[in-house]
Formats: sequence, structure tokens, C-alpha cells
Amino acid sequence: MTSLTELKLTDAVAGLKSRTFSSREITQAFLDAIDTSNPHLNAYVVVTHDKALAMADAADARLAKGKKLGRLEGAPLGIKDLFCTAGVRTTACSNILGEFTPTYESTVTANLWDAGAVMLGKLNMDEFAMGSSNETSRFGPPTSPWRRKGDNRPLTAGGSSGGSATAVAADLCLAATASDTGGSIRQPAAFAGLVGIKPTYGRASRYGMVAFASSLDQAGPLAKTVRDSALMLEVMCSPDPRDSTSIRSPVPAWTKAPGKSIKGMTIGVPKEYRVDGMPAEIESLWEKGVEWLRAAGARIVEVSLPHTKYALPAYYIVAPAEASSNLARYDGMRYGARKSTDGGLTDTYETTRAAGFGLEVQRRLLIGTYVLSAGYYDAYYLRAQKVRARILADFDAAFQSVDALLTPTTPTAAFAYGERSGDPVAMYLNDIFTVTANLSGLPAISVPAGVDADGLPLGLQVIGKPLDEDACFKVGAVIEESAGFNARPDRWW
Amino acid sequence: MSVDKDTVRKVARLARIAVPEDRLEPLAAELNGILAWIEQLNEVDVEGVEPMTSPVALSLPMRADVVTDGGIRDQVLANAPQTSDGFFIVPKVVE
Repeated sequence: MTSLTELKLTDAVAGLKSRTFSSREITQAFLDAIDTSNPHLNAYVVVTHDKALAMADAADARLAKGKKLGRLEGAPLGIKDLFCTAGVRTTACSNILGEFTPTYESTVTANLWDAGAVMLGKLNMDEFAMGSSNETSRFGPPTSPWRRKGDNRPLTAGGSSGGSATAVAADLCLAATASDTGGSIRQPAAFAGLVGIKPTYGRASRYGMVAFASSLDQAGPLAKTVRDSALMLEVMCSPDPRDSTSIRSPVPAWTKAPGKSIKGMTIGVPKEYRVDGMPAEIESLWEKGVEWLRAAGARIVEVSLPHTKYALPAYYIVAPAEASSNLARYDGMRYGARKSTDGGLTDTYETTRAAGFGLEVQRRLLIGTYVLSAGYYDAYYLRAQKVRARILADFDAAFQSVDALLTPTTPTAAFAYGERSGDPVAMYLNDIFTVTANLSGLPAISVPAGVDADGLPLGLQVIGKPLDEDACFKVGAVIEESAGFNARPDRWW
Repeated sequence: MSVDKDTVRKVARLARIAVPEDRLEPLAAELNGILAWIEQLNEVDVEGVEPMTSPVALSLPMRADVVTDGGIRDQVLANAPQTSDGFFIVPKVVE
């Protein structure tokens, strides 16, 4: 028998509704699993035992009445530490936020609670979501449940949503919220054998989400299946008057997309994504993906996105520039940790920020401040924004002739801690296939499609047209079905 | 364009981050590594291209100019490092 914690979200929701088990039972099962596993995996940075059980009891009361049930009634979830949760410490895993405990709820999490979901706790991440491995978290990195065959070295579950990926992959929640500024949902999904989707920019409200780079940040879920991710995303998204960039049209019924035929769809394979030094395993997985989609009745064509190679350098101007502006709010005066000095106001600011921000965040704030500073603004920031327009134009042109694009999610499988951290640029290259969807605002899903020679998961990415998450879910479900991915990490923790 | 120690000092001051003197040189080297990599953007022809500031091609929404929030002083102050009588306490600003 499958234990409660191993259930897929969709099945758990059905089991709760039919009262095969109660929310308290499954919530307690997850809390027990977290208490046993978290000392080894470090996925949760806060575990909300009492709140979880109270929410579970409330859900059980509603389930007993059987009226006005939410779509996630009684389902226990993990929340990335980036989302403000009323009364529960939220720090984006940065020291500068100290013991910050929001007095309000983010729209995304409020939508989940309105749907009856249960909060298990807050999940580890890179500080302010800046990183690809979670090595920048103030709480230390989580450890992926995955390991290379015959190798005990701890691996990263990716970043920045590494705690979310670890928790879902290790059965420490049914699904988790995550966020994606350059690939922070999709790269961890690929590394941990999960499904992750970043919707079209503006679908998910950014209200109450700790800001990194406002024109790139989007929330999305990490889940075990395409169907689970569609259910999560459908509940998380909503038009929101409190976010001026929120898309005002209603959220479509994405849960109806998985399982629909892709016959007659045209799928583009961008030739510029065939990068130098790409491992043969990634290349052959991509080829398999093409075959699966063709067998399902799609037409495959090669397309060109000529400005692809400029996406990462443009991102590393735009994102730090927006971050330097967003993170200016952390001055130690109104909230967060203050480091008092005798040197007056400016000195207090500088000391507070030097103590509160980790080295990677400081590095990006310096880059951002530099590219926005007088005399360099045009050469760097303005130029990057123009390159960004050209990257979007590449996609617009490709989408004249194709319905969606198929690419690998990452250039490699998960790596061990320390393997990349020495060289910032080498670490940034992780995002090479994912960052274009952030710059252009497009929806993109990562679906587990196979394992490498070490037995580690690899993902394929489907990028859709603006507002066409449906295509991501449809094509993603075909990949999921064809790949029959059922690898699980061997339990060592 | 390359960054030297003095530029790092100046930028760190603008970013309000105290950087110890012995970190300036290594930081300059790191930033130069990143900036050198970014330089490849100069290859792109951006003549006549409008800069893209947002991925959503929406006009900013308007709302009625009415008060919808407020009266939550205690919530606003709840996370302040130092407060007194309903005020934030900050270091001395004017000598």
C-alpha cells in the first residue's frame, strides 16, 4: 500500500473528498515525516505543526459537512520562504529580514488557503532567490534526496526553489509553491525529477511575494505530475488589483488540458539551444522527446531564435538592476535586523546591509548599482532592455509557425555542492535554457523525461505562447506519459 | 569598461553596503569577470529597437481614488527593530 505521504496531490484530494482518510491523518503523516527527515534534508526552515493541524481540523469539519469544499480541501502543502504568510516567519532565507513575521498574506498563498489547503511550513531557498543551488541560504542548503549511483556526495536539488524541490521529491508535502526569475522553478524540477511550471508573466499575483526582479518574477508550483501542477497553478493564479502587472483575464481551466490530444500541433525545436559542450545524454533525451511528440501526432520543425546566446548576459544586467532597486528597502529601520553603530545613519545602513546580505546578494547588488549608475545606464541597462526586446521578437517570429517549443530544461543533471560555486559565471550558465522564458514573459513547463548514466533525473522543457499554459500542460502530459518516468531516489536519509 | 578598486568603493557606497578595504580588490576582479562576459551584448544590433521594460503589454490599471486601507499602525510597527509610543525609532539623522 502506498503511504499517505507518497500520494499524488490529485489522488490525495480525491481521497480526502471521499473521506478515505482525514486531513488530520495525512497532515500528521507529513509532520512526522518532516520531523524524521528534515534534520537530514534541511528542506523546511519553519515547520508550522500547530497551524497545520488546526487548518487540517478546519478542513475536516468542512469535509464532514461536504458543502462548499475547496479544490485543495485538506491537502498539506509546503510554501517557499519567499511568500509572506501571516504570523509565520518569512525571510527569503536572508539574514537581513531577521525574524520578520508578516502581518498579511500573499495573494498566492491566500488563494491556496481559500481552496482549503493546509500549510506544513516554509521551504528553504537561495537568499532572495539569487542562486541555482541553494548554497546562498542563510539556513544552509537543503540536500537533495537524489544521489549519484555509487556516490555518497550530497547533491543540490537546484535553486532557487531547492527546498521546495527537496520537500516534494522526498514526500514531505503533496506539492509546493515556488518562484521563477531565471529558472528557479524549472531547474529544480529537472534536478529532482518533478514537474514545475512558470506561467505567463502576470498570471500569478506578486503581492506579498518578496521581490527579486519585478519584471521577471513569477510564482508557480513544484509537483509530482503534470496534472498536479495544473491543479496547483489553477488555484495559485488570479487577477489581483493589488499587483498592477496582474493579468486581468480569468484563469482558464488548466486541469482539463493534460490528456488532450496534440495531434496537428506544430512543435518547434530551436537550433540555438544545441549548445557547445552539451552532454550527449541531454542531446539524446531531447531527440527522444521529439520522437514522442511526433508519435503523438505533432509536426516537428526546426526554428531559429538567433539572440538566444545573449539572453543570459542581458538577464545578468536586468535582474541585478531591478534587485538593487527592490532591495534598497532593506535599511534596518522599519523591519528586519538592524546593526546599530555609533557612526550615524549612513553608517548604520551600510553596516546593517553588509551584515544582512550574503556575498552573492552583495555581488548582484553591486553589479545592479553599477549598471544603473550615471554614465553606464545607457551602455548596460538600456542596451540590455533592447536586447531583451530582440529576444522577445525572436519568439514572436517563431510562434508565427509553431504552437510551442521543445528544449532541454538544463544543460546538465544535478551537481554536488561546491562543484560550481567558485565561479559565478559558470553557476549562471545553469539558467541558459530557462532564462529566455523569463525575459520574454512566456509560460514554460519542465517535465521529468529520463535519467542520466548516474541515475539522476533530467527534464525537458515546453515553452508556450503568451497565455497558452494549456499547450505546456498538453505537450507536457504527452512527454510524461511517453517517458513513463518512475525513478525514485533510494532512501538514504 | 573595467572596474577598479575605487569604482567598487564608490558603487558600494551608492548601494549602502560596507565593504572592507581588503575585499575591494577581489570584488573588482569578480565584477570584471562578470562584466567582461556581459560585454558580448555589444555585438547585438539594437539600432532603432525600443527598450523592453515589461513583459506585459498592458496599460496600467486605474482604480477609484478612495481610501481602501489604513488604521493598522500596530501592524505596520510590528516588525520594527525599535519603536516608541507608536513611532519608529531610528538613528539620529540631523546633528
